[in-house]
Amino acid sequence: MSPTTERAARVAAPVLVGVLGLAVWQLLVSVLGVSEYLLPSPSEIWAELGENSQAIREAAWITGGNALAGLVFGAVLGVVLAALAGWARWFDGMLAPVVASVAVVPIVALAPVLNSMYGADSEYGRRAIAALAAFVPVFVNTLRGLRQTTPLHRDLMSTYAASGWQTFRALTLPSAAPYVLTGIRVATSLAVISALVAEYFGGPRGGLGSFISTSAATSAYARAWAYVAAAILLGLGAYLVTVLLERLVQHRLPTGNPR
Amino acid sequence: MQDAVRIEGVSKTFVTRSGQVHALADVSLTVGEGEFVSLIGPSGCGKSTLMRLVADLEQPTAGTVEVFGKTARKARVDQDYGIAFQQAGLLPWRTVAANIALPLEIHGVGRRERRSRVAELAEMVGLSDFADHHPDQLSGGMQQRVAIARALAERPRLLLMDEPFGALDEMTRERMQSELARITAETGAAVVFVTHSIPEAVFLSDRVVVMSPRPGRITSVITTGIGRDTARDEALRESPAFFEKVTEVRAALHGAPVRSPALEGR
Ligand SMILES: Nc1ncnc2c1ncn2[C@@H]1O[C@H](COP(=O)(O)OP(=O)(O)O)[C@@H](O)[C@H]1O
Ligand SMILES: [Mg+2]
Repeated sequence: MSPTTERAARVAAPVLVGVLGLAVWQLLVSVLGVSEYLLPSPSEIWAELGENSQAIREAAWITGGNALAGLVFGAVLGVVLAALAGWARWFDGMLAPVVASVAVVPIVALAPVLNSMYGADSEYGRRAIAALAAFVPVFVNTLRGLRQTTPLHRDLMSTYAASGWQTFRALTLPSAAPYVLTGIRVATSLAVISALVAEYFGGPRGGLGSFISTSAATSAYARAWAYVAAAILLGLGAYLVTVLLERLVQHRLPTGNPR
Repeated sequence: MQDAVRIEGVSKTFVTRSGQVHALADVSLTVGEGEFVSLIGPSGCGKSTLMRLVADLEQPTAGTVEVFGKTARKARVDQDYGIAFQQAGLLPWRTVAANIALPLEIHGVGRRERRSRVAELAEMVGLSDFADHHPDQLSGGMQQRVAIARALAERPRLLLMDEPFGALDEMTRERMQSELARITAETGAAVVFVTHSIPEAVFLSDRVVVMSPRPGRITSVITTGIGRDTARDEALRESPAFFEKVTEVRAALHGAPVRSPALEGR
């Protein structure tokens, strides 16, 4: 295959699978008569998407905003704390158990607590949850990245009598950059999922998650699915943006440093 | 005239988990201004350690190391030497030009001056056309040239090189030797050059220092008698005087004279 047909095939294959899947789904519902109650057909969901497009867009905006706020805060915190941990072993030792505990806290356990802590009309609980979820992968990957410098490069910087800060700027940080980006890519999906799931457990109305749960609770299944579809699109969109960002930066860091 | 390096009674013992390693025992060596001195010897005889002591990357257990009459530490801080290792050690995210500029950047040299100096250095090592390339786009020999240009960036009067051509193929290696000879002649810098190759040591050096292991020490010093003004070219490699010195160094290394020098040429 020539490169262009290969690329076309790579795009066409998943599209084909998706279209086929939707067709089979539609057939199952309309021809075999699977109860609409159990499984709404794609066309119904599509219709709901159209009818509620304004509300869906607002909800996606809220959830996306919370996820983004959480991601930014969690990622900045992750990078800064990882830089401190990479700089001082004792700080790393202090932080490691905390990070390990944060990593295993389930969102479902924390969401009700934080949501009621910040009050029923505040988005901060949700943002805090997204931030916590984003923090862990950014911290872990950044710390690993900061340890990627080779003895040879460190010797070289020391022959230049470079200060700690100069070495960090010229060597440690650029070697870590690809790892930071990987952390952010993982964190993006987690932030979106967490912001969404947190909406199931209190806090203000609004946001995709809370509409999914209220639609489902009132048996408006097609509408619930429409919100689910929007949530998938939001997650995919966020993921694509970070993949592109990663590509862009890695293009400037050709070999992704360490061998 | 001031000596570039003065090493006196230096010992270096590494303490490792499995015990002590006597890397160097009572080593003394002086490298004159502008002199080219090679260190040769089997693996583990302390060549790299000796060079790293001069570079202030290691501290001697006993004895003193002076560089241009200062402590090794002061000389490092003052950027009195440039250094190159067996691996080029380029930063892969920087272009050739930015790699050469790294020491200048760290020492706060202004942008305009930096640019003209980098152009000059790239020209010197024959890489002007590759200034915007990244290291992974270069061959091993080209990468090593970038490393040499980087080592020369601060116009050091002393160059420390640890098997800089060790990873190169024979053809590239001989070409690089001639270029290094030309560059050091142009800059007038003293060189401490670690190598495994006898012909390489003889071809480049004023003096060849032969070392032996366990503990690392200097067993003999051979003056090549090939002056700084002698062209380092193919003719030199073919000359009887060159063969003779190669044989002499080989004999010193193996501790016994070798009979048939004509067959031992390369
Ligand atoms: N940092 C170190 N820690 C422990 N032992 C070392 C260290 N560096 C070198 N050595 C030991 O010192 C000896 C000399 O090493 P080196 O100077 O690298 O030799 P060469 O460069 O001649 O091959 C070897 O036995 C080596 O294992
Ligand atoms: Mg060595």
